[in-house]
Amino acid sequence: MRIIIKNSSDKPIYEQIKEQIKAAILGDELCEGDILPSIRELARDLKISVITTTRAYADLEQEGFITIIQGKGCYVLSKNSELVREQLIRKIEDSFSSAVSTGKIANLTRKELTELFKFILEENQYD
Amino acid sequence: MINAIEIKELSKDYKDFSLSNISFTLPTGYIMGFVGQNGAGKTTTIRLILNMISRNSGSIKIFGMDNILEEIKIKQDIGAVFDDIFFVDTWKVSDVEKAVKSFYDNWDSTLYNKYINSFKLPADRKVRDLSRGMKMKLMLAVAMSHDAKLLILDEPTSGLDPVARDELLEILSKYILSGEKSILFSTHITSDLERIADYITLISKGRIFYTGTKDDLLESFHIVKGGPKDLTEPLREKIIGLVENKTGFSGLLPASEIKYLSSEIVAETPSIDEILVYISKGESSYE
Repeated sequence: MRIIIKNSSDKPIYEQIKEQIKAAILGDELCEGDILPSIRELARDLKISVITTTRAYADLEQEGFITIIQGKGCYVLSKNSELVREQLIRKIEDSFSSAVSTGKIANLTRKELTELFKFILEENQYD
Repeated sequence: MINAIEIKELSKDYKDFSLSNISFTLPTGYIMGFVGQNGAGKTTTIRLILNMISRNSGSIKIFGMDNILEEIKIKQDIGAVFDDIFFVDTWKVSDVEKAVKSFYDNWDSTLYNKYINSFKLPADRKVRDLSRGMKMKLMLAVAMSHDAKLLILDEPTSGLDPVARDELLEILSKYILSGEKSILFSTHITSDLERIADYITLISKGRIFYTGTKDDLLESFHIVKGGPKDLTEPLREKIIGLVENKTGFSGLLPASEIKYLSSEIVAETPSIDEILVYISKGESSYE
Protein backbone atom coordinates (compact mmCIF):
# COMPACT_ATOMS: atom_id res chain seq x y z
CA MET A 1 0.00 0.00 0.00
CA ARG A 2 1.25 3.42 -0.84
CA ILE A 3 0.58 6.46 1.33
CA ILE A 4 2.23 9.79 0.66
CA ILE A 5 1.90 12.67 3.11
CA LYS A 6 2.22 16.13 1.66
CA ASN A 7 3.47 18.68 4.14
CA SER A 8 2.42 21.52 1.90
CA SER A 9 -1.16 20.28 1.61
CA ASP A 10 -4.04 22.28 3.09
CA LYS A 11 -5.64 19.01 4.09
CA PRO A 12 -4.93 17.69 7.58
CA ILE A 13 -2.71 14.60 7.66
CA TYR A 14 -5.47 12.25 8.90
CA GLU A 15 -7.60 13.33 5.94
CA GLN A 16 -4.76 12.60 3.50
CA ILE A 17 -4.31 9.10 4.93
CA LYS A 18 -8.04 8.46 4.85
CA GLU A 19 -8.43 9.51 1.23
CA GLN A 20 -5.50 7.44 0.01
CA ILE A 21 -6.66 4.28 1.78
CA LYS A 22 -10.19 4.85 0.48
CA ALA A 23 -8.88 5.29 -3.05
CA ALA A 24 -6.82 2.10 -2.73
CA ILE A 25 -9.91 0.16 -1.61
CA LEU A 26 -12.19 1.56 -4.31
CA GLY A 27 -9.48 1.07 -6.93
CA ASP A 28 -9.11 -2.62 -6.00
CA GLU A 29 -5.52 -2.11 -4.89
CA LEU A 30 -6.69 -3.33 -1.48
CA CYS A 31 -9.19 -6.15 -1.33
CA GLU A 32 -11.60 -7.47 1.25
CA GLY A 33 -9.73 -9.20 4.09
CA ASP A 34 -6.38 -7.49 3.45
CA ILE A 35 -4.54 -6.52 6.64
CA LEU A 36 -3.56 -2.89 7.07
CA PRO A 37 -0.55 -1.85 9.17
CA SER A 38 -1.58 -1.31 12.80
CA ILE A 39 -2.29 2.20 14.04
CA ARG A 40 1.08 2.36 15.79
CA GLU A 41 3.05 0.82 12.91
CA LEU A 42 1.60 3.32 10.48
CA ALA A 43 2.48 6.20 12.84
CA ARG A 44 6.05 4.92 13.07
CA ASP A 45 6.40 4.42 9.32
CA LEU A 46 5.04 7.84 8.42
CA LYS A 47 6.72 9.48 11.43
CA ILE A 48 3.49 11.06 12.58
CA SER A 49 1.50 11.09 15.78
CA VAL A 50 -0.42 8.00 16.92
CA ILE A 51 -3.48 10.18 17.51
CA THR A 52 -3.45 11.20 13.84
CA THR A 53 -3.43 7.61 12.55
CA THR A 54 -6.02 6.63 15.17
CA ARG A 55 -8.31 9.33 13.84
CA ALA A 56 -7.84 8.28 10.20
CA TYR A 57 -8.62 4.63 11.01
CA ALA A 58 -11.57 5.53 13.24
CA ASP A 59 -13.10 7.55 10.40
CA LEU A 60 -12.50 4.74 7.90
CA GLU A 61 -14.12 2.28 10.27
CA GLN A 62 -17.13 4.53 10.76
CA GLU A 63 -17.55 4.93 7.02
CA GLY A 64 -17.54 1.15 6.59
CA PHE A 65 -14.24 0.72 4.75
CA ILE A 66 -12.30 -1.17 7.42
CA THR A 67 -12.84 -2.97 10.69
CA ILE A 68 -10.51 -2.78 13.67
CA ILE A 69 -10.38 -5.94 15.75
CA GLN A 70 -8.79 -5.27 19.12
CA GLY A 71 -5.55 -7.24 19.49
CA LYS A 72 -5.75 -8.71 15.96
CA GLY A 73 -5.44 -5.91 13.46
CA CYS A 74 -7.18 -3.74 10.93
CA TYR A 75 -8.90 -5.44 8.02
CA VAL A 76 -10.30 -4.10 4.77
CA LEU A 77 -14.05 -4.67 4.41
CA SER A 78 -15.87 -5.38 1.19
CA LYS A 79 -16.28 -2.27 -0.89
CA ASN A 80 -19.74 -3.49 -1.80
CA SER A 81 -21.04 -2.89 1.69
CA GLU A 82 -24.23 -0.84 2.03
CA LEU A 83 -22.38 2.01 3.76
CA VAL A 84 -19.75 2.41 1.07
CA ARG A 85 -22.40 2.19 -1.65
CA GLU A 86 -24.41 4.92 0.01
CA GLN A 87 -21.39 7.19 0.06
CA LEU A 88 -20.61 6.52 -3.56
CA ILE A 89 -24.19 7.37 -4.51
CA ARG A 90 -23.93 10.59 -2.53
CA LYS A 91 -20.75 11.40 -4.43
CA ILE A 92 -22.53 10.81 -7.76
CA GLU A 93 -25.38 13.08 -6.65
CA ASP A 94 -22.91 15.81 -5.77
CA SER A 95 -21.17 15.56 -9.12
CA PHE A 96 -24.52 15.72 -10.95
CA SER A 97 -25.62 18.75 -8.95
CA SER A 98 -22.42 20.51 -9.74
CA ALA A 99 -22.84 19.67 -13.45
CA VAL A 100 -26.38 21.07 -13.34
CA SER A 101 -25.28 24.34 -11.77
CA THR A 102 -22.51 24.71 -14.36
CA GLY A 103 -25.17 24.03 -17.01
CA LYS A 104 -27.25 26.91 -15.64
CA ILE A 105 -24.29 29.25 -15.83
CA ALA A 106 -23.67 28.19 -19.43
CA ASN A 107 -27.39 28.72 -20.24
CA LEU A 108 -27.83 25.14 -21.43
CA THR A 109 -31.39 23.89 -21.86
CA ARG A 110 -32.61 20.81 -20.05
CA LYS A 111 -32.55 18.95 -23.35
CA GLU A 112 -29.00 19.99 -24.22
CA LEU A 113 -27.75 18.93 -20.80
CA THR A 114 -29.43 15.52 -21.05
CA GLU A 115 -27.99 15.06 -24.55
CA LEU A 116 -24.56 15.85 -23.20
CA PHE A 117 -24.98 13.29 -20.44
CA LYS A 118 -26.10 10.62 -22.92
CA PHE A 119 -23.12 11.44 -25.11
CA ILE A 120 -20.72 10.96 -22.20
CA LEU A 121 -22.38 7.64 -21.32
CA GLU A 122 -21.91 6.46 -24.92
CA GLU A 123 -18.35 7.62 -25.01
CA ASN A 124 -17.45 5.70 -21.85
CA GLN A 125 -19.39 2.68 -23.09
CA TYR A 126 -21.45 2.62 -19.89
CA ASP A 127 -23.97 -0.23 -20.19
CA MET B 1 -5.18 2.60 31.86
CA ILE B 2 -2.77 4.17 34.34
CA ASN B 3 -1.29 7.48 33.22
CA ALA B 4 2.47 7.70 32.73
CA ILE B 5 2.56 11.17 34.28
CA GLU B 6 -0.13 12.95 36.26
CA ILE B 7 0.75 16.37 37.65
CA LYS B 8 -1.71 18.35 39.76
CA GLU B 9 -1.40 21.98 40.85
CA LEU B 10 2.34 21.85 41.09
CA SER B 11 4.07 25.00 42.35
CA LYS B 12 7.64 25.96 43.02
CA ASP B 13 8.81 29.41 44.10
CA TYR B 14 12.22 30.90 43.48
CA LYS B 15 13.27 34.44 44.28
CA ASP B 16 12.87 35.66 40.73
CA PHE B 17 10.71 32.97 39.14
CA SER B 18 7.81 30.82 40.09
CA LEU B 19 6.12 27.84 38.61
CA SER B 20 2.45 28.10 39.48
CA ASN B 21 -0.37 25.61 39.34
CA ILE B 22 1.08 23.27 36.76
CA SER B 23 -1.30 20.42 35.89
CA PHE B 24 -1.05 18.00 33.00
CA THR B 25 -1.47 14.33 32.21
CA LEU B 26 0.44 12.09 29.82
CA PRO B 27 -1.50 8.90 29.05
CA THR B 28 0.53 5.69 28.64
CA GLY B 29 1.67 4.95 25.10
CA TYR B 30 1.96 8.47 23.76
CA ILE B 31 4.49 11.24 23.10
CA MET B 32 3.98 14.62 24.74
CA GLY B 33 5.84 17.68 23.56
CA PHE B 34 6.59 20.11 26.39
CA VAL B 35 7.05 23.47 24.76
CA GLY B 36 7.90 26.97 25.89
CA GLN B 37 10.43 29.75 25.57
CA ASN B 38 13.77 29.53 27.29
CA GLY B 39 13.12 30.23 30.96
CA ALA B 40 9.42 29.33 30.80
CA GLY B 41 9.83 26.58 33.42
CA LYS B 42 10.32 23.42 31.35
CA THR B 43 13.51 22.26 33.03
CA THR B 44 12.20 23.22 36.49
CA THR B 45 9.13 21.05 35.89
CA ILE B 46 11.29 18.14 34.71
CA ARG B 47 13.54 18.46 37.75
CA LEU B 48 10.47 18.39 39.99
CA ILE B 49 9.20 15.25 38.23
CA LEU B 50 12.57 13.57 38.83
CA ASN B 51 12.64 14.86 42.44
CA MET B 52 15.95 16.66 41.85
CA ILE B 53 14.52 19.75 43.56
CA SER B 54 11.75 20.05 46.15
CA ARG B 55 8.32 21.44 45.38
CA ASN B 56 6.28 23.97 47.35
CA SER B 57 2.93 22.33 46.71
CA GLY B 58 1.03 20.02 44.43
CA SER B 59 1.35 16.38 43.49
CA ILE B 60 3.19 14.33 40.87
CA LYS B 61 2.28 10.76 40.08
CA ILE B 62 4.36 8.54 37.82
CA PHE B 63 2.72 5.25 36.75
CA GLY B 64 0.10 6.10 39.41
CA MET B 65 2.68 6.29 42.23
CA ASP B 66 3.83 9.32 44.19
CA ASN B 67 7.14 10.51 42.75
CA ILE B 68 8.75 11.09 46.16
CA LEU B 69 7.34 8.26 48.29
CA GLU B 70 8.04 5.65 45.61
CA GLU B 71 11.02 7.36 44.03
CA ILE B 72 13.38 4.35 43.97
CA LYS B 73 10.78 2.06 42.43
CA ILE B 74 9.72 4.63 39.84
CA LYS B 75 13.23 5.51 38.75
CA GLN B 76 13.91 1.93 37.68
CA ASP B 77 11.38 2.58 34.94
CA ILE B 78 12.45 6.06 33.87
CA GLY B 79 15.12 6.96 31.34
CA ALA B 80 16.24 10.59 31.28
CA VAL B 81 18.22 12.50 28.68
CA PHE B 82 19.38 16.06 29.29
CA ASP B 83 20.80 18.55 26.85
CA ASP B 84 24.28 18.05 28.23
CA ILE B 85 26.07 14.76 28.83
CA PHE B 86 26.61 13.77 32.48
CA PHE B 87 29.16 10.98 31.98
CA VAL B 88 32.79 11.53 32.93
CA ASP B 89 34.48 12.83 29.80
CA THR B 90 37.52 10.57 30.00
CA TRP B 91 35.32 7.45 29.97
CA LYS B 92 35.24 5.43 26.78
CA VAL B 93 31.87 4.52 25.30
CA SER B 94 32.47 0.96 26.49
CA ASP B 95 33.14 2.16 30.08
CA VAL B 96 29.79 3.88 30.32
CA GLU B 97 27.88 0.63 30.51
CA LYS B 98 30.06 -0.70 33.34
CA ALA B 99 29.43 2.45 35.34
CA VAL B 100 25.68 2.62 35.02
CA LYS B 101 24.39 -0.93 34.63
CA SER B 102 24.58 -1.89 38.29
CA PHE B 103 21.98 0.78 39.14
CA TYR B 104 19.27 -0.93 37.16
CA ASP B 105 17.59 -4.27 37.91
CA ASN B 106 16.47 -4.64 34.31
CA TRP B 107 19.71 -3.66 32.57
CA ASP B 108 19.96 -5.48 29.24
CA SER B 109 23.52 -5.65 27.88
CA THR B 110 22.47 -7.19 24.59
CA LEU B 111 20.01 -4.36 24.00
CA TYR B 112 22.62 -1.75 24.95
CA ASN B 113 25.12 -3.19 22.49
CA LYS B 114 22.45 -3.35 19.83
CA TYR B 115 21.79 0.38 20.29
CA ILE B 116 25.53 1.20 20.33
CA ASN B 117 25.93 -0.67 17.04
CA SER B 118 22.89 0.71 15.31
CA PHE B 119 23.75 4.26 16.44
CA LYS B 120 27.30 3.63 15.07
CA LEU B 121 28.97 4.74 18.31
CA PRO B 122 32.71 3.87 18.40
CA ALA B 123 33.21 1.74 21.55
CA ASP B 124 36.76 2.92 22.28
CA ARG B 125 36.22 6.64 21.77
CA LYS B 126 36.24 8.89 24.83
CA VAL B 127 33.07 10.72 25.81
CA ARG B 128 34.69 14.13 25.35
CA ASP B 129 35.66 13.30 21.77
CA LEU B 130 32.12 12.43 20.69
CA SER B 131 30.14 14.81 18.50
CA ARG B 132 26.98 16.37 19.90
CA GLY B 133 24.80 13.96 17.99
CA MET B 134 26.80 11.00 19.26
CA LYS B 135 26.59 12.21 22.86
CA MET B 136 22.83 12.46 22.58
CA LYS B 137 22.64 8.95 21.12
CA LEU B 138 24.87 7.59 23.90
CA MET B 139 22.57 9.07 26.54
CA LEU B 140 19.57 7.66 24.68
CA ALA B 141 21.18 4.21 24.50
CA VAL B 142 21.63 4.27 28.28
CA ALA B 143 18.11 5.59 28.84
CA MET B 144 16.54 2.89 26.68
CA SER B 145 18.57 -0.13 27.80
CA HIS B 146 16.81 -0.83 31.07
CA ASP B 147 13.34 -1.22 29.62
CA ALA B 148 12.25 2.23 30.81
CA LYS B 149 8.52 2.74 30.53
CA LEU B 150 8.89 6.51 30.50
CA LEU B 151 11.52 8.55 28.68
CA ILE B 152 12.00 12.12 29.83
CA LEU B 153 14.01 14.17 27.35
CA ASP B 154 15.01 17.72 28.20
CA GLU B 155 15.93 19.66 25.05
CA PRO B 156 17.46 16.63 23.34
CA THR B 157 17.47 18.30 19.92
CA SER B 158 19.11 21.60 20.80
CA GLY B 159 22.39 21.91 18.94
CA LEU B 160 21.72 18.89 16.72
CA ASP B 161 21.84 19.07 12.95
CA PRO B 162 18.71 18.18 10.93
CA VAL B 163 19.96 14.67 10.11
CA ALA B 164 20.60 13.80 13.77
CA ARG B 165 17.23 15.28 14.75
CA ASP B 166 15.48 13.16 12.17
CA GLU B 167 17.25 10.06 13.47
CA LEU B 168 16.12 10.90 17.00
CA LEU B 169 12.49 11.18 15.90
CA GLU B 170 12.78 7.81 14.21
CA ILE B 171 14.19 6.21 17.37
CA LEU B 172 11.40 7.72 19.46
CA SER B 173 8.57 6.63 17.20
CA LYS B 174 9.96 3.09 17.30
CA TYR B 175 10.19 3.25 21.09
CA ILE B 176 6.46 3.79 21.62
CA LEU B 177 5.42 1.13 19.09
CA SER B 178 4.26 -1.38 21.72
CA GLY B 179 1.88 1.11 23.28
CA GLU B 180 3.31 0.53 26.76
CA LYS B 181 5.98 3.21 26.70
CA SER B 182 5.57 6.96 26.91
CA ILE B 183 7.78 9.97 26.20
CA LEU B 184 7.87 13.49 27.62
CA PHE B 185 9.95 15.62 25.29
CA SER B 186 10.80 19.24 26.09
CA THR B 187 12.01 21.47 23.30
CA HIS B 188 11.83 24.90 21.80
CA ILE B 189 12.42 23.52 18.30
CA THR B 190 8.78 22.85 17.63
CA SER B 191 9.12 21.65 14.04
CA ASP B 192 10.35 18.38 15.54
CA LEU B 193 7.09 18.00 17.38
CA GLU B 194 4.74 19.19 14.70
CA ARG B 195 4.38 15.69 13.30
CA ILE B 196 5.42 13.19 15.93
CA ALA B 197 3.83 14.50 19.15
CA ASP B 198 0.41 13.26 20.22
CA TYR B 199 -0.02 15.73 23.06
CA ILE B 200 1.34 19.23 23.57
CA THR B 201 1.76 21.08 26.84
CA LEU B 202 2.56 24.73 26.32
CA ILE B 203 4.13 26.56 29.21
CA SER B 204 4.75 30.28 29.40
CA LYS B 205 6.25 32.26 32.30
CA GLY B 206 5.71 29.39 34.74
CA ARG B 207 2.06 28.81 33.84
CA ILE B 208 0.33 26.31 31.59
CA PHE B 209 -1.12 28.00 28.54
CA TYR B 210 -2.43 24.83 26.91
CA THR B 211 -2.37 21.10 27.50
CA GLY B 212 -4.13 18.55 25.33
CA THR B 213 -3.84 16.84 21.98
CA LYS B 214 -1.76 18.52 19.30
CA ASP B 215 -4.63 18.41 16.83
CA ASP B 216 -6.93 20.25 19.24
CA LEU B 217 -4.26 22.89 19.88
CA LEU B 218 -3.85 23.60 16.19
CA GLU B 219 -7.62 23.67 15.72
CA SER B 220 -8.30 25.97 18.70
CA PHE B 221 -6.45 28.96 17.28
CA HIS B 222 -6.28 30.85 14.03
CA ILE B 223 -3.68 33.29 12.83
CA VAL B 224 -5.67 36.29 11.63
CA LYS B 225 -4.38 38.99 9.30
CA GLY B 226 -6.13 42.01 7.87
CA GLY B 227 -5.85 45.62 6.76
CA PRO B 228 -5.81 48.53 9.24
CA LYS B 229 -9.57 49.15 8.87
CA ASP B 230 -10.53 45.52 9.51
CA LEU B 231 -9.50 45.72 13.14
CA THR B 232 -12.72 46.38 15.07
CA GLU B 233 -12.79 47.06 18.81
CA PRO B 234 -14.30 43.70 19.85
CA LEU B 235 -11.73 41.96 17.67
CA ARG B 236 -8.87 43.95 19.19
CA GLU B 237 -9.82 42.75 22.66
CA LYS B 238 -9.88 39.09 21.63
CA ILE B 239 -6.61 38.90 19.73
CA ILE B 240 -3.58 37.47 21.52
CA GLY B 241 -0.24 39.10 20.71
CA LEU B 242 -1.66 41.72 18.35
CA VAL B 243 0.92 43.24 15.97
CA GLU B 244 -0.13 46.45 14.22
CA ASN B 245 1.54 48.49 11.56
CA LYS B 246 0.63 50.77 8.66
CA THR B 247 -0.29 47.99 6.27
CA GLY B 248 -2.42 46.01 8.68
CA PHE B 249 -2.39 43.74 11.70
CA SER B 250 -1.84 40.12 12.66
CA GLY B 251 -2.41 38.05 15.77
CA LEU B 252 -3.71 34.85 17.29
CA LEU B 253 -7.45 34.40 17.71
CA PRO B 254 -9.13 31.59 19.69
CA ALA B 255 -11.26 29.57 17.24
CA SER B 256 -14.35 30.22 19.39
CA GLU B 257 -14.10 33.93 18.51
CA ILE B 258 -14.18 33.39 14.77
CA LYS B 259 -17.59 35.13 14.66
CA TYR B 260 -15.82 38.47 14.98
CA LEU B 261 -14.23 38.04 11.59
CA SER B 262 -15.30 39.97 8.54
CA SER B 263 -14.72 38.29 5.19
CA GLU B 264 -11.83 40.64 4.49
CA ILE B 265 -9.72 39.04 7.20
CA VAL B 266 -7.49 36.09 6.41
CA ALA B 267 -7.56 33.23 8.91
CA GLU B 268 -4.88 30.53 8.76
CA THR B 269 -4.03 27.42 10.74
CA PRO B 270 -1.06 28.29 12.96
CA SER B 271 2.07 26.26 13.56
CA ILE B 272 3.15 25.54 17.15
CA ASP B 273 5.97 28.04 16.61
CA GLU B 274 3.58 30.80 15.64
CA ILE B 275 1.38 30.09 18.66
CA LEU B 276 4.45 30.32 20.88
CA VAL B 277 5.55 33.62 19.34
CA TYR B 278 2.15 35.33 19.61
CA ILE B 279 1.66 34.16 23.19
CA SER B 280 4.95 35.67 24.24
CA LYS B 281 4.10 38.91 22.43
CA GLY B 282 0.74 38.96 24.17
CA GLU B 283 2.35 38.69 27.55
CA SER B 284 4.92 41.39 27.10
CA SER B 285 2.16 43.82 26.15
CA TYR B 286 0.27 43.20 29.38
CA GLU B 287 3.20 44.31 31.46
